[in-house]
Amino acid sequence: MSVIVFTLIILVGAYFAGLIGSLTGLGGGFVIIPLLTLLLHVDIHYAIGASLVSVIATSSGSAAAYVKEGITNMRLGMFLEIATTAGAMTGAIIAVYIPTNYIAILLGVILICSAIMSLRKKAEQVLKQQNGWATKLKLNSSYPTANGTVNYSVSKVGGGFVVMIFAGVLSGLLGIGSGALKVLAMDSIMRIPFKVSTTTSNFMIGVTAAASAVVYLQRGYIDPGISMPVVIGVLVGALSGSKILVHTQSSGWLRWVFAVVVVFLASQLIYNGIIGRI
Amino acid sequence: MAQKISFKDTDMQAVIGWVLRIGVIVSICIVFFGGVIFLYRHGHEIADHKKFKGIPDFISTAGGIINGVFAFRGQAIIQLGIVLLIATPVLRVIFSAIGFVLEKDYLYIGISLLVLLIIFISMISGHAG
Repeated sequence: MSVIVFTLIILVGAYFAGLIGSLTGLGGGFVIIPLLTLLLHVDIHYAIGASLVSVIATSSGSAAAYVKEGITNMRLGMFLEIATTAGAMTGAIIAVYIPTNYIAILLGVILICSAIMSLRKKAEQVLKQQNGWATKLKLNSSYPTANGTVNYSVSKVGGGFVVMIFAGVLSGLLGIGSGALKVLAMDSIMRIPFKVSTTTSNFMIGVTAAASAVVYLQRGYIDPGISMPVVIGVLVGALSGSKILVHTQSSGWLRWVFAVVVVFLASQLIYNGIIGRI
Repeated sequence: MAQKISFKDTDMQAVIGWVLRIGVIVSICIVFFGGVIFLYRHGHEIADHKKFKGIPDFISTAGGIINGVFAFRGQAIIQLGIVLLIATPVLRVIFSAIGFVLEKDYLYIGISLLVLLIIFISMISGHAG
């Protein structure tokens, strides 16, 4: 296969990966790793490197918009970034010592879990009860809604912090944003309103990915020939995804279709990992 | 009450929004530009990424990338764009740290610096490994 054909295939694939990632809320780089490894037989290290770069692009791009709207809780994000960056650094360091087929299997399992989680019903919750640590760390905040500004409190700061370390490790190890896990931690443990937790998770993903990308960059995992079409394709795909989301209110059935696609890709990853082909 | 100009969270949000946006736009444009040169020069070669062999030597160091950019080599220009993209969220942390300094929020100055320190350690550990 010539370089130009290879680049065009990745560009198209990455566009759809970005589109699906943005519509399901799973994130840009999520579908790109199975695509590169299963379809184009790219070594999984290069796939992880390219995915990380695209994760930084999409999360920074959309965080720019959310931050301006004032929904993102920047203090909470900064505080939890201590956990996610430390985790990401650990993940990137131990990635060298883990056989690639285990990484493929783990990625498949995480993909399936995230796809299921993306189908969850999202109920907007607002916690009013003040919590000692959250007050000390100035994490309680407010966000704008159609009915005016809503104040909310944050609970179980320690528990959320621990899950964030784990989310960081997965991000560094697998080259994903692990946004689903970040949102889950903020939603169900820290009891943060859904809108705030998704935007704050997005805000943290870029820094988390950067912490492991600096390791991957020096290890030679980030190949320009692969990363170039991946990052451009995923970013443009994610942009068109966000445009579609604005226009279609009920994307319920769409989420189901994509969840099925993601589960299919994930099972392929697990299968290839078990028979040792990756 | 002498000081009228005060720096608030909303100002910081606007600045950070711009840092992220400009960082992404600039780095993607550089990646695209480098990609065009790369494809023009190497488009008809055979793509082979089945086995991991790292990246070409001339772009594996910062100095190499800079030399490559001046020599107009596509891969070096792409890599420069990617390095800038990775630097964008880090730059965002630096800007938040400055914002917290202006707000005199010492706790969060410390937290921002800690995050920067972790990224710095990560960079050094990658160098050693």
